[in-house]
Amino acid sequence: MGRVTTSRGFAPKHFRRPEQAEQERVPPGQYLAHGFPVLTVGPTPVVPPEQYRLKVVAADGTTARTWTLAELKALPAQRLTTDIHCVTRWSKLDTTWEGVPVDVLLEGVPPAPFLTAEAYGDYTTNLATDDVVGGRGWVVWGYDGAPLTPEHGGPVRLLVPHLYFWKSAKWLSRLVLRERDHPGFWERAGYHHRGDPWREQRYDTD
Amino acid sequence: MTAWRPARVAAVREETASARTLVLDVDGWDGHRAGQHVSLRLTAEDGYQAARDYSLASAAGEPPEVTVQRMDDGEVSPWFVDVAEAGDALEVRGPAGGWFVWDPHAGGPPLLLVAGGSGLVPLRSVLRTRVRSGDRTPVRLLVSARTADDVLYRDELAEPADGVEVVVTLTRGAPPGWTGRTGRLDRAALDALGSPPEREPDVYVCGPTAFVEQVASDLVAEGHDPARVRTERFG
Repeated sequence: MGRVTTSRGFAPKHFRRPEQAEQERVPPGQYLAHGFPVLTVGPTPVVPPEQYRLKVVAADGTTARTWTLAELKALPAQRLTTDIHCVTRWSKLDTTWEGVPVDVLLEGVPPAPFLTAEAYGDYTTNLATDDVVGGRGWVVWGYDGAPLTPEHGGPVRLLVPHLYFWKSAKWLSRLVLRERDHPGFWERAGYHHRGDPWREQRYDTD
Repeated sequence: MTAWRPARVAAVREETASARTLVLDVDGWDGHRAGQHVSLRLTAEDGYQAARDYSLASAAGEPPEVTVQRMDDGEVSPWFVDVAEAGDALEVRGPAGGWFVWDPHAGGPPLLLVAGGSGLVPLRSVLRTRVRSGDRTPVRLLVSARTADDVLYRDELAEPADGVEVVVTLTRGAPPGWTGRTGRLDRAALDALGSPPEREPDVYVCGPTAFVEQVASDLVAEGHDPARVRTERFG
């Protein structure tokens, strides 16, 4: 470690430290947000719930399954409470969601090491399959006890809370399994391919 | 991990009662593109650190500048607005961002820039970059601010460069003698003031979340191609 530069006059009256218990849940370089900020690259797509479809595409390009929103909700749903971390430096603790583990959606689909999450509005993000199975990734339609609103990705988004939140694609339309890693939207724009907040994997140089 | 770079405040300019522009002197600074942001980190005497991201306000090729709006419950912005002086030390990472960016290029599409409050900061970088590079892209800039006293870069907006049209609208009442617009940038105002979709402008919208949600949705409803509408939201 080099010498840390102190900023003159940056003193306690200018900041509030998280409680110790919270501190341990906030990754390096993050701060606690009070609201629920929105980060999206463009206009919020309008996806009427009755027209919503989620497809899982196998690595050979064939569509393995398609669900309507009603069909998704008929799957064995879970409610979960988790912390989320955005690369723009806010973290939010104890967010509550309702959805289904990605494992359920991939049942019977030939396994592949990577996948691309694709969204209405052409957003994409890449993930290692291991990061979304084993109870680490969900497809969710409920937030804080209510239907997920459009600006937060409704009707349906991906939720991968142990990675920076850009991996949790809003308006999820397809999960495309892949034999090789294909960088998605932000990953092609200089952001990290995996995005682990505890390792501060913000940019591709991290 | 990419290192934080030592930096110093080179100069401070008051913009409004609650916002300041800080010129930064960053070790090893390698330039930036219009629309990019930096992370700024402050360290207290006892080692406590806090970092936030801020859009760059200066032109590509100029020294990095940020304009910081004081958040009353913030832990970082009050230091920049109320405490920082030339010579003070901080650390900088970046620049970063590869989507909400604009590079000058001859013959590119016209620009429609829409700013809510301090969402004007990265769009000021676009305007300055355009002038500095000699680019002649036609620009229409719509600025929404609460009051006349909240408008950033007032002197620059009052004398736009050739080819740049600026419309400022005030949402919480106008001072005596105000001859500009008042009211929100709703659908009707965007229809009347924005660039028509037929001109296929590249659109950049930046501001608070609710502002950007509404403006971007209205622009798409008006016929703008969503793929041409770049957004940056905060708060």
